[in-house]
Amino acid sequence: MTEYIVLSSILFTIGAVGVLVRRNAIVVFMCVELMLNACNLALVAFAKQHGNLEGQVAAFFVMVVAAAEVVIGLAIIMTIFRARRSASVDDASLLKF
Amino acid sequence: MITFWVLAPIMVLAALGMLFARKAVHAALLLAVVMISLAVLYAALEAPFLFAVQIIVYTGAILMLFLFVLMLVGVDASDSVVETIKGQRPLAIFTGLLLGIILVLGLSQLSLGASANLDAANDPGNVPALANIIFSRYVLAFEITSSLLITAAVGAMVLAHRERLTPKATQADLAAKRMRDFADKGTHPGPLPAPGVYARHNAVDTPALLPDGTAAESSVSRVLAARGTVRSAPAMAEDIEELKRQLGVEPSGPARPASAEPVDDLADRPADPSRTDDPDSNHGGGAQS
Repeated sequence: MTEYIVLSSILFTIGAVGVLVRRNAIVVFMCVELMLNACNLALVAFAKQHGNLEGQVAAFFVMVVAAAEVVIGLAIIMTIFRARRSASVDDASLLKF
Repeated sequence: MITFWVLAPIMVLAALGMLFARKAVHAALLLAVVMISLAVLYAALEAPFLFAVQIIVYTGAILMLFLFVLMLVGVDASDSVVETIKGQRPLAIFTGLLLGIILVLGLSQLSLGASANLDAANDPGNVPALANIIFSRYVLAFEITSSLLITAAVGAMVLAHRERLTPKATQADLAAKRMRDFADKGTHPGPLPAPGVYARHNAVDTPALLPDGTAAESSVSRVLAARGTVRSAPAMAEDIEELKRQLGVEPSGPARPASAEPVDDLADRPADPSRTDDPDSNHGGGAQS
C-alpha cells in the first residue's frame, strides 16, 4: 500500500510545482485539480489499508467540493479574460482596472 | 499490483507533461490521461463507486468544462515564458523537488503492513455501504455540500451574466436600418447572394459567378475571406475542364443532344419514372460516382 501513497505524493508534488511555475491561469487550475486527485488517491488507498469506507466517503466529498470549485474558478477566469483579453495570471496582479 | 505498476509510470509521465506542455489543450488532455488512470486505480482499490464518479464527474464534467473554457479563451493561447518575478521559477522547482524528495523518502520508510480487506465493510455492496455512512454519520456534511453546489451554480450564473448596455435590435429595427443604408449609401437591401454551389464539392468557399463571369465577392462568408480560403472562379473553371476531360466529354464543347448521352454511368441508378429532366443536368452527379 506504500507505493500508492508514494505515487500520490509524487503527483501532489508535480501539481504544486505546476501551480508555482505555470503562467496560464487555466493550466494553474488544472494543476490544482491534479493535487486534489492525488489526495483522493491517498484517501482511497488508506481506506483499503484500514478496511473501512470512511476514506472513500472523504474522497467523494473532495470530488463534490472540487466540482463546485471548478465551476466558480472557471467563471472567474472567463470574467478576467473578458475584461483584459488574457488568461495569464500575471495580468491579473491588480484586482482592479 | 500489475495494474499499479503499469499505470503509475503513465500517470507520472502525463503529470510531468502537464508541467512542460506549451499549449493548454495538451495539458488538459494529459490531465485526462491521469484522471482515467486514477479511476482504474480506484477500481483496483475496491472502490467501484468512486471509479464511476471519477469517470463521470472528473473526466466527463470537469475536464469538459476546462476544454470549453479553453475554446472560449482561445485554443492557441500559449504560456508566456517571461519571468515576472526574478528567480521565481528556479526557486519554485527547487522547493518542489525538496518537497517531493522529503515526501517520497519519508513515506517510503513507512511500513503499513498487510492491507485489510474491504469485504466486510463492503457488505451489502460498495454503493449501499457508502450510502449508509453518508446518510447517517455524514448527513450534515452532505447537506452542507448540497448548499455549496447550489451556491456554486448561482455564483457561476452571476459571474457569467453580462448586463446588456443597449436595447436588443428587433426585426423592425433591422429592416429600417437596411432601408436607411439603401437610401444613404445605395447598399442592396435584399439578402446577400448565395455562394456558387457546384456539384464538385461543398462549395460555400466558392463565390457565385455573376452573369458577366466575374465572381460575386459578397456571396462568400467574410470569415472564409479573412482566412484566405476562398476559391477563385478561374480555379473552379479549370476544375470543370478537368472533370470534363475525365468524363470523356470534349472540353467546353456544346451540350450534346440527349440521344448521345452515355448511359453507362447512369445504369446503376434505380429507374425513376418521374425523372423527365434533361440528362445533361446529370453531369455533376455522374462526376461523383
